[in-house]
Amino acid sequence: MEQNEENKKKVVVRVCIGTGGLAAGGKEVIQAFKKAITDFCVDLDLDFTCHYQKVGCRGFCARDVLVDVVDGGTSVTYQKIKPDMAKRIVQEHLIEGKPVAEWLIDDAYYAFHDKQHKILLKDCGTIDPEDIQAYINAGGYEGIRKILAGMTPDQVIDEIKTSGIRGRGGAGFPTGVKWDACRKAEGETKYIVCNADEGDPGAFMDRSIIEGNPHAVIEGMMIAAYAIGSNLGYVYIRAEYPSAVERLKLAMTQARETGHLGNNLFGSGFSFDLRVKLGAGAFVCGEETALIASIEGQRGMPRAKPPFPVHRGLWGKPTVINNVETLANIPNIIRKGSAWYASIGTEKSKGTKVFALTGKVKNTGLIEVPMGIRLGEIIYDIGGGIEGGREFKAVQTGGPSGGCIPASLLDTPVDFESLAKVGSIVGSGGMVVLDETDCMVNIAKFFLEFTRAESCGKCVPCRIGTKRLLEILERITKGEGKPGDIELLEEMSADIKLASLCGLGQTAPNPVLSTIKYFRHEYEAHINEKRCPAAVCRDLLTYSVLTEFCKGCGACIRACPAGAVTGEKKKPHVIDSSVCIKCGACFDACKFKAIKKE
Amino acid sequence: MVEALEKIVRKYRDEDGNIISLMQDTQEVLGYIPGKAVDYFAEELGIAPSRFYGVLTFYSQFHLKPRGKNIFAVCCGTACHVKGGSKIAERVQRDLGLSAEGETTEDGNFTLEIVRCVGACSIAPVVLVNNKALAEMTPDSTSKLLKQLMKEESDGAK
Repeated sequence: MEQNEENKKKVVVRVCIGTGGLAAGGKEVIQAFKKAITDFCVDLDLDFTCHYQKVGCRGFCARDVLVDVVDGGTSVTYQKIKPDMAKRIVQEHLIEGKPVAEWLIDDAYYAFHDKQHKILLKDCGTIDPEDIQAYINAGGYEGIRKILAGMTPDQVIDEIKTSGIRGRGGAGFPTGVKWDACRKAEGETKYIVCNADEGDPGAFMDRSIIEGNPHAVIEGMMIAAYAIGSNLGYVYIRAEYPSAVERLKLAMTQARETGHLGNNLFGSGFSFDLRVKLGAGAFVCGEETALIASIEGQRGMPRAKPPFPVHRGLWGKPTVINNVETLANIPNIIRKGSAWYASIGTEKSKGTKVFALTGKVKNTGLIEVPMGIRLGEIIYDIGGGIEGGREFKAVQTGGPSGGCIPASLLDTPVDFESLAKVGSIVGSGGMVVLDETDCMVNIAKFFLEFTRAESCGKCVPCRIGTKRLLEILERITKGEGKPGDIELLEEMSADIKLASLCGLGQTAPNPVLSTIKYFRHEYEAHINEKRCPAAVCRDLLTYSVLTEFCKGCGACIRACPAGAVTGEKKKPHVIDSSVCIKCGACFDACKFKAIKKE
Repeated sequence: MVEALEKIVRKYRDEDGNIISLMQDTQEVLGYIPGKAVDYFAEELGIAPSRFYGVLTFYSQFHLKPRGKNIFAVCCGTACHVKGGSKIAERVQRDLGLSAEGETTEDGNFTLEIVRCVGACSIAPVVLVNNKALAEMTPDSTSKLLKQLMKEESDGAK
């Protein structure tokens, strides 16, 4: 509503309080705006009604804190806002009517969003995750009302099947088929479980969805429960995500208070309630059968399938386990129809997928793109290319189960089949961009360190195989590689993939295989020439001073923890290689690029 | 301690009997899981201590030793790894004079931990200082913060 009186107006200040926003100071920014507006109102006798709206992740975390200032219906977005900037924005924008131009979002912000197709993340950045009414106002809980008012469980399952949605947790199994199998499974009691044990390093879409729009996940679970014939659901969520847990619990409380969870929902006779189980830090618990064991309070170790959880799951009852992103898609599919959903994406991979775009790209953050978009579009158009003007080397997708895709394959469409064809996977949606300063052998070693530590130890190929792979990689990166190591890695990888019981072991060698496939020359340089082309592997490096660039400023002397650098002021310094511990502190400290690393 | 444990046992008996939840509640109250607590629960519930230790050693969340007053958790997930997370961990380890990650300083003031992804990859490298995520850290900025906290601790002790 437009206010006629000049000193009266209604204002909305919208601030991101996802984990990114909070880390950048989101809460302090809200406080600063509150204080600035109150102070001005008192001093200038103004009467502003201000609504401070907290929203979840808006995606572009590299530009946090992002703030929308809405005045008279016009919304303006500021980026990289710190608390001390609030006063000037209030004075110039809200009082004098001129937004602070230099702090507004720029072309890169629009480029970041141009090729995205936001369905799930749309609400994440606009509604208050701590207020159920905000979700309802945005069309929330209409999906469940619609099916309770006149759809049979079979009709719901048909609708989900027709939409073509496939599991977003990594494997890409058709969701409708899974539901159907559980519906048809024998048994009175059935469970729906939401897998929010997002353990892939480099992925944070599930956290962001729960933090930004927890009710969408709850509604998705209700619809799934109705379809399969369940009255109780569990959310298995990482304890490492405290703010997501807190918002989910708050959302559940509000849903119970307003009759969106509980008995006889909307007078339909359908009852549904939810419980939260906290994960305790084990990557393998993302695997369905391990997750079930963990909810039951045991060590999270996978078991052989079949029987599949849809037949024998939690407490031995038929159970559907769906990932957060999958479930959050369901209300939209029911509301807008399967044809709408199936119109997005490719023939076999429908809809959109959320990716966590991180690493060496300029624009890091959470993105949602239609399936089938090309990798290059994500990295160059949305991500803005490589930071610092360096060369792109590879993009790692799918976390520890995925692989590294080189520059020559940037035309690959992002969908389940195409990424598998080039030796990687969509996975849960981590996308870490690597540049010329990243060593591919080191990256393979990094992932093997992870899978070796996270292997539950139940089956030998995984428990011992990952350990042996890691030992060979460690040797290679120390300059102790031998001819035949690459072939040995390949042979062992094939065996581990074939003989492991669960997905963890079956995919653990993928980072090794894909880096050998596309970056064999880097392995060969380490083994044959004892050289790390990217200058990362510490044991293969030597540091020296380039005397022509050294100004003798002493920065490297102060930075060196080992006392390996000596020299007089204003004269070129010297590094004693027998004392040097190769930590790279001198390299980082030098402003004149006078330290050579090779 | 016994009083707190009694309360947890009551809750455990009423609810679904989950060892993990029981241990999580215990750690929440005590900061770690002392052997005495395990003995108490084993006795009270008639469950073998080995079953508790099976769970405790399986999940990385549980600590069998007391942790420091301040926890520096350096993220070394993929994005943090490629942006230099391990260099930060090395620096903190050196500054605290610890021989490995996971250790606590002798005065019990600081613990260094390495975590594998806290889901804040777009602001990597990340350091969690007492559970608060700090964005785009460097070895220098982390060291500065650590020294400031060390000073506060020693001032407070005086």
